[in-house]
Amino acid sequence: MVTTELIWKLLDQVADPEIPVLTIADLGIVRTVEIIDNKCIVTITPTYSGCPAMHQIEEEILKALSPTITTEVKSTLSPAWTTDWMSEKGKEKLREYGIAPPENEVDKSVLFAKPTVVPCPKCNSKNTRMVSQFGSTACKAHYQCNQCLEPFDYFKCLR
Amino acid sequence: MTVKEALYTYVVRIADDSLILGQRLAEWCGHGPILEEDIALTNISLDLIGQATNLFQYAVTLEDKGRTEDQLAFLRVDREYSNLLLVEQPNKDFGYTIARQFYFDAFRKLFFEALTNSEDTQLAAIAEKSLKETKYHLKHSSEWIIRLGDGTEESHQRIQEAVNFHWRFTHELFFQNEVDKTLIELGIGLDLATLFDDWKNYVSNVLQQATLELPSHSFKLEGGRTGMHSEHLGYLLAEMQYMQRAFPNLTW
Ligand SMILES: [Zn+2]
Repeated sequence: MVTTELIWKLLDQVADPEIPVLTIADLGIVRTVEIIDNKCIVTITPTYSGCPAMHQIEEEILKALSPTITTEVKSTLSPAWTTDWMSEKGKEKLREYGIAPPENEVDKSVLFAKPTVVPCPKCNSKNTRMVSQFGSTACKAHYQCNQCLEPFDYFKCLR
Repeated sequence: MTVKEALYTYVVRIADDSLILGQRLAEWCGHGPILEEDIALTNISLDLIGQATNLFQYAVTLEDKGRTEDQLAFLRVDREYSNLLLVEQPNKDFGYTIARQFYFDAFRKLFFEALTNSEDTQLAAIAEKSLKETKYHLKHSSEWIIRLGDGTEESHQRIQEAVNFHWRFTHELFFQNEVDKTLIELGIGLDLATLFDDWKNYVSNVLQQATLELPSHSFKLEGGRTGMHSEHLGYLLAEMQYMQRAFPNLTW
């Protein structure tokens, strides 16, 4: 008898293709897991509308679950994903990997607001600066540490 | 016109705006004035193309003729695209690109905010998702308007010229016809006229901070919504559709 607990356990081994230290469960993009008539339906939600990793994530889920149970992956847009759904464990893993996890951010409608203070994931200094609001992928901004000079990615807050 | 037909047209309009502007911004890939802006413009492009994908996926279910989102995006002729004239205007230079983006983002933020209350749950869901991204876009374009306007003598003069040039296309942001009328009555679509004051206030405010003049000329151009485009769209489509036309059904 396959339980949803088992499915969640298997999903916790599916890595995000762009940030492989995070699982899709850490990211909070798996919304629901249902088992209906011996078939599993996993509902996921995209991080950003144009996130190119979504197709691959779907395939990875199918690969992980198919040996255990017939699986269908569905996608839903509402409620829209927010970085608040990222697990604490996930944030810690991000930091260890060298990416600063999302911080509470100021209101985006304030122009030229002082950028959020993002501690350096290498030396933990708060003396860092934002290089660019947009980074290597849709979910990241680009920062640099003024203390140890390390450039780093910041997983920006989406709300 | 049935409600379904009206809704299809409505969804395709929003999708076409995102797709065509996304394609325009993608032309900056590898040509940005600085690396960070190259990345910013292409990130915004990706968000827009992602929004278009969600909208086209919804549109094909409304149409129910077995078409896919890719067929809608790549295999129509120019007269079948309903995007605004504004978004098909050439990039020209960074200032022109930012001015075009600024008018559009300011509208889009208000539009998606209001659309999250649509009686159509899928449209509301797409609006909710897209709004979060649009807030970043608007912050980006607004800050550049101010930097360039309140920058050097040359940047001031060039962004003012770009702001003046695109003004003639902003009237069309608020275009409405029987499609809108049908959907407004059902609480699905928005009365765009209700967004105008907020849009103009926001635009005036940012231009003022940028020490720029709000354009005063009343020369207006429209036609995109009904398929009457400028010559620029044809060239854009020729490039965008090339792969699907040359190698039909090609996939990655
Ligand atoms: Zn450091």
